[in-house]
Amino acid sequence: MTLHAALFYILATVTAISAIGVAVTSNIVRAATWLLFALASTAGIYFLLGADFLGATQLIVYVGGTMILVVFGVMLTASGPFVNMKVGAAEWAISLAVGLLLYSVLAIVLLQIEPPSRNIPPNHTLLPSKHIGAALLGSSSSTPEAKVTGLRGGQFIPRTRVSYLLPFEIISVHLLVVLIGAAYLARAKRRREDVA
Amino acid sequence: MNFFLFAAETNLLQTDITLHHYLLLGAILFVCGIVCMATKRNAIGVLMGVELVLNGATVNFVSFAHFNPTFDIEGQIFALFVIVMAAAEAAIALAIVLNFYNNHFTVDVDAAEELKG
Repeated sequence: MTLHAALFYILATVTAISAIGVAVTSNIVRAATWLLFALASTAGIYFLLGADFLGATQLIVYVGGTMILVVFGVMLTASGPFVNMKVGAAEWAISLAVGLLLYSVLAIVLLQIEPPSRNIPPNHTLLPSKHIGAALLGSSSSTPEAKVTGLRGGQFIPRTRVSYLLPFEIISVHLLVVLIGAAYLARAKRRREDVA
Repeated sequence: MNFFLFAAETNLLQTDITLHHYLLLGAILFVCGIVCMATKRNAIGVLMGVELVLNGATVNFVSFAHFNPTFDIEGQIFALFVIVMAAAEAAIALAIVLNFYNNHFTVDVDAAEELKG
């Protein structure tokens, strides 16, 4: 077993156990902790796949930012130290059955996917993060020279060079609008009882 | 049962790590997120399920990008967009949940039936 395989199995086990923990625990604080581990080990998976910038982003934005938001949400809405909202056994059985069915359908479909043939260009190395930045700034020269594979009949067409300046701008404005909206929605309002 | 038959057929544990391994991991994250969204009665638990689903999608993006280098820049950039969308969605969902808690003193989604159109 290679190092890559060993690391993959360790990280995948941690990710899967944490994800299952999020789903099965009924204590919301424990679910938040399981989610923290799931997100952090997913960042490890990204590092393993050679997406180092993405792994760092996942750690900073997701684990550092979004999880803090969620934990604050848990604390601000807790009516006691341990919030337990139990779900009945019949509902558990149904959801377990649905989950297993969904997973087996997904697994059967995915295992039929033909893995893409790795047509690596001769000078292709790991994608440095500066290429991501260049693509987000509108330069299409960083997209690798390659042909699109996986088409029917084994034909190859050269790919179009693309850049992502417009989606980047749209998502920045979207984030700004969403944050203003969230601040407006969540601002402290005086309750009706306090006024009376 | 079907899945185990497939796994035995394709010898998943004996081959090198392929795209299928990463896709199966993404499917685990996706299914756990769906089950979490369906079973949690706490609104923030539902939000955690959404985060898991988005992570499963991101794992698929990055693994396709890794195993098909034609699209390595696309995979990573779309994954970045998914992360930004998830942050925005968490912010707005928590704002709504806090607003609901201010009015109803609970985050039980079963108590939100008067919100229906």
